[in-house]
Amino acid sequence: MDLRLGVGGAATEAERAAVDVVLGPPESGWEGGGRRPIDGHVAFGGRAARARRHLLLPALHALQDRVGWISRGGLDYVCTRLTVPPAEAYGVASAYALLRLEPGPTTVVHVCDDIACRAVGAESLCRVLERRYGPAGEAGNGRAAAWMRSPCLGQCDHGSAAFLQRAGERPRRRVVAPVDADLVGAMLEGRDPGPPGPDRAPRVRGDGSGLRLLRRIGVVDPTSLDSYRAQGGYQALRRALELGPAGVIREIEDAKLLGRGGAAFPTALKWRAVATSPVRPRYVVCNADESEPGTFKDRVLMEWDPFAVIESLTVMGFACGAERGYVYIRGEYPLAEERLRRAVEEARARGLLGPDVLGRGFPFEVEVRRGAGAYIAGEETALFNSIEGRRPEPRNKPPFPAQSGLFGKPTAINNVETLVNVLEILREGGPAFAGLGTAGSTGTRLFCVSGSVERPGLYELPFGVTLRRLLELAGCPRPGHTLRAVLLGGAAGSFVDPGALDTPLTFEGLRSIGASLGSGVVMPLDHTVDIADICRRIARFFRDESCGQCVPCRVGTVRQEELLERLARGRPLGSAAQETALLQDLGAVMRDASICGLGQTAANAIQSAVRLGLIGAAPAGGGRR
Amino acid sequence: MSAVFVGLPRRMVEVTLDGRQTRVPEGSTLLEACRQQGIETPTLCYLENLTPVNVCRVCVVEVEGSRALVPACSRPVEPGMVVHTDSERVRTSRRLVLELLASSVDLSLAGPEVERWMRSYGADPGRFGPPAPPRGAGERDRARAGEHLAPDGASAETVAQPAKVDNQSYVRDYSRCILCYKCVEACGVDAQNTFAIAVAGRGFDARISTEFDVGLPDSACVYCGNCIGVCPTGALMFKSEYDLRRSGAWDESRQTVTTTVCPYCGVGCNLELHVQDNRIVKVTSPLDHDVTRGHLCVKGRFGFPFVQAAPEKDESGLGPAGGE
Repeated sequence: MDLRLGVGGAATEAERAAVDVVLGPPESGWEGGGRRPIDGHVAFGGRAARARRHLLLPALHALQDRVGWISRGGLDYVCTRLTVPPAEAYGVASAYALLRLEPGPTTVVHVCDDIACRAVGAESLCRVLERRYGPAGEAGNGRAAAWMRSPCLGQCDHGSAAFLQRAGERPRRRVVAPVDADLVGAMLEGRDPGPPGPDRAPRVRGDGSGLRLLRRIGVVDPTSLDSYRAQGGYQALRRALELGPAGVIREIEDAKLLGRGGAAFPTALKWRAVATSPVRPRYVVCNADESEPGTFKDRVLMEWDPFAVIESLTVMGFACGAERGYVYIRGEYPLAEERLRRAVEEARARGLLGPDVLGRGFPFEVEVRRGAGAYIAGEETALFNSIEGRRPEPRNKPPFPAQSGLFGKPTAINNVETLVNVLEILREGGPAFAGLGTAGSTGTRLFCVSGSVERPGLYELPFGVTLRRLLELAGCPRPGHTLRAVLLGGAAGSFVDPGALDTPLTFEGLRSIGASLGSGVVMPLDHTVDIADICRRIARFFRDESCGQCVPCRVGTVRQEELLERLARGRPLGSAAQETALLQDLGAVMRDASICGLGQTAANAIQSAVRLGLIGAAPAGGGRR
Repeated sequence: MSAVFVGLPRRMVEVTLDGRQTRVPEGSTLLEACRQQGIETPTLCYLENLTPVNVCRVCVVEVEGSRALVPACSRPVEPGMVVHTDSERVRTSRRLVLELLASSVDLSLAGPEVERWMRSYGADPGRFGPPAPPRGAGERDRARAGEHLAPDGASAETVAQPAKVDNQSYVRDYSRCILCYKCVEACGVDAQNTFAIAVAGRGFDARISTEFDVGLPDSACVYCGNCIGVCPTGALMFKSEYDLRRSGAWDESRQTVTTTVCPYCGVGCNLELHVQDNRIVKVTSPLDHDVTRGHLCVKGRFGFPFVQAAPEKDESGLGPAGGE
């Protein structure tokens, strides 16, 4: 490796100190520390330093949090410590939206203008901000603060949301919802809104038949292990230890649990493939990079029931024969991250994590990792790359994670909601769990309801309930409003027609109408919402979030956005039929030839909108019906 | 005579390619199977001497039972696979991949094969509108992840930008870059282990970059030129070739290629000297050469001026420095 370091100036004391908090002080001159006599004779670093490559992203976070950007000197110092080529480290840093690579404002307020917030007026908030504080992204005249437009912040049940990112000796990361222009302004001027107190639990709703996954939300104190145990916490882990790994997997198989992250893959198959692999070590990962626009279920679980996430990950580690688990949580969820970290510490202090869990000879550790603003990092193999300190680019499959996952080892990875279901399965047994819902979709499902409804929020209902029933519960359509379409599954999902309201919300039911529940987003949109505008926001989202690796997605998402702009402006290229054909072709190549699910679904919503006539390729004004 | 290890015998795997049953060695890729059967499969990011990265997606084929198309270049054959390489889905995807690339990248030096594929798949890159005006120097390099200027749709965004000319050995013209990752692989684990360049940025703004886009002289580049050797589109080019092309003097029909052995050390790398008008204009090495696998070092690649520092103007017989 030809490392060329130190060309761009040295790191400041503050930068070095911030990095050293993550990596420990440098031990030799080779690592950027003081030069000792022996350093002239023996080389330190090398393989041992490179084995710590997975600390690259945490070290970059440390720089960003301390000084507000990643300077050449700071990057060089991290590279020296970890023996990472600076070009690669730069490649990694530049793939994340929350890391800056040029000096800029130390306070940035990211204001959500994504689909859910848009449906309730985010654009007018942004226009006020533009008037008051200048265009998004511009710090202007060395000002220390700027606001930016942000993709979904997972606060869709509250209306408009903002994420404060402030660098300094005491860095601050806060998400506030709902916000108005005054509050954004106060944050730009230095106010810290503080974290919401434990009493601010969101209202979660069901249909009266009793909550299961959400049972403890607002009931337990999310910062207290004792409170969690008083609500039956850690019973599932004890049960798992009684059943043994194969027994746990058998229960999950009997429960017919399917993954809730979007792909609906049988969880038991995944776990068994890892548990029976001859390769060691194995890893288990909780995918908490919830970034699908309109989705907030995992956030609610992590913020208000964090011990359940840690307990279920421990069960997963036990069942799969893994000694280390990771929770990868998106950078825009500071409260959830803080509570999870605290839960891990408390569980460790009480012997529920560590070298000998519950005194049963099962060693298990959990590490919480923070993302840095990349939707693509929620794709499981991109997530592995992100943890490993590489660019968050999806890998080609096969090999699947169960064969070669994190660090190239067998890895089981599940979404937060899927994992928390495991606790229910162990509590009541697999067959009883399978008794709920329908034959093909067992258990309950969390529905993230936002958009044109009276009661947005997180709903837990057994699978099989109809879309109509869910919308009734949520207060939709609002009196005097006409429902035009429901976006199911978020930006990667599809629009369904009000005529399909009697479709049961199950994996198989939605498949039959060519839709999917994806991450559980249910976003009804009525006549007050400009659906063409929502479609353009979706196109912009995919253009921004594509990792850029494969051609169909990298260029296809650009062409798709351009095409929608033409339609919106009523200036199609050639005939309307030509534009429709172009849109079809773009959809086909992205769906068929992209590497990962992002590209494969990037045209879904827009194609369904065309099919339903919500947007059209009519020559004039066709985009705004 | 010494024994030569020819490798362990490989099991044969039966697959069906376009309706024909065929047997290929276990562990081969679908691309190898197609080539063995004489089925032409276009490739852009694939090269024999590099690890397949399967990013260009022009080699996709349809495997029965698989939801999406699969990249032939990296997918190993499995017993009983039924593969279609010329179905409607495959043709559409290949055509679109070529259209998307050609509408955003200058493919004029990507070789006659690409032109032929464009014709045979009926690719029409003009469907996306006229190309947008080129970006200024360094503009694409400053693009931030998750942000972009809103398009108006009237023109198709491209990667057009001025070429980066920052050293005497080679030129980087990223308006020709299809982001095939080959140069990154050759600079890194697959050949040189220098890691001077990597992919930076995200989405359409992803680009090949040094750290903070510093010039090559400030980077870790050792000027082995292996990135030039693997570049399929002429984005990376000898300075000598670049200058000749700019002046309009580049003429491959007047060039000869002489294979020789590098004179510098004892490794024995084969060199192919491309000569025009009695001047060496570029140096390559054969991909199938046992020693180099197509890769060279700075001396073999660029250390040729001494050959032609002959006393063209120097009649003293004292060599290049003789006049002083």
